[in-house]
Amino acid sequence: MALALGTAAVVLTVLVWELVRPSLKLALAHHSELWAARQRRAALHAYDPGRERRAERRARALLRSCIEERDWAMYRDLGFLRVWGALRERPSGAAAAYAYLIYPHKPIVAYVHDTGELLNEYCVAFPDRSEPYGSSRLPDSDDVLAKWMALTADERGLVGEANMHLPGRQVDPDRVRRDLLRLAAWERAAVDNVRPA
Amino acid sequence: MKLLRMKPGHGEIVLAEGDVAVPEQEQELIEAFRRELDAGMWAAVPTRAAGGRREAELVKSFSDVPRDAERVIFFPRAAGGSVSATA
Repeated sequence: MALALGTAAVVLTVLVWELVRPSLKLALAHHSELWAARQRRAALHAYDPGRERRAERRARALLRSCIEERDWAMYRDLGFLRVWGALRERPSGAAAAYAYLIYPHKPIVAYVHDTGELLNEYCVAFPDRSEPYGSSRLPDSDDVLAKWMALTADERGLVGEANMHLPGRQVDPDRVRRDLLRLAAWERAAVDNVRPA
Repeated sequence: MKLLRMKPGHGEIVLAEGDVAVPEQEQELIEAFRRELDAGMWAAVPTRAAGGRREAELVKSFSDVPRDAERVIFFPRAAGGSVSATA
């Protein structure tokens, strides 16, 4: 008798479980969807529009503390930085034969100083993948500083790491030529400013 | 000496700070330095060249860092990038 009752109870439990399982599954899926939506909403509300601006402000201060004051003024006024090439340095004091223009989050452009001829684009990035979410992009001025540090410390190494392309692949050559003209005008103005009246 | 790290969305953060002349503090600096290098970061020390021009030096171990360096800056390792749109 007890055996029969026990068996009936087991069968009944299995039957009930089979009946409830689909609706239980649906309820669980619905609940997890709701939870995910709530998480997304929370992330949206947690977004701080001033965060990137504050990060950039800090990055600009760090950049300024590392480079020459004149180079800082160049970046502040023109939006890019020029770094002289060191691999073919001219003798004592003369400017190097070629230089690089460093733009934030754009390829480094190499050009011949005397003629303005564009040589190459070096596409290089510094992605920070350590964060589990969010952007892997450094603030603009940190990107410029990273390129400046890598170029001045190990020009050959950075050039070797970068993807090299002919000019015009990613940075508009007309824009670069305009920037070189702006740079020349900026340098003339800087010289005029320090010249005694 | 300060160990700084560039961070997306933050600017630089201070990882560690200490006096290299104090053994305990130097040890903390060394450990933080190793952690960053193990995480794939590059380390650079802003310096001045012989002519007084500012430049940076990439260092691969804490012993390469000049004892009088004020800062070591960590930044993500360079990788050949690609941006599809023409600027």
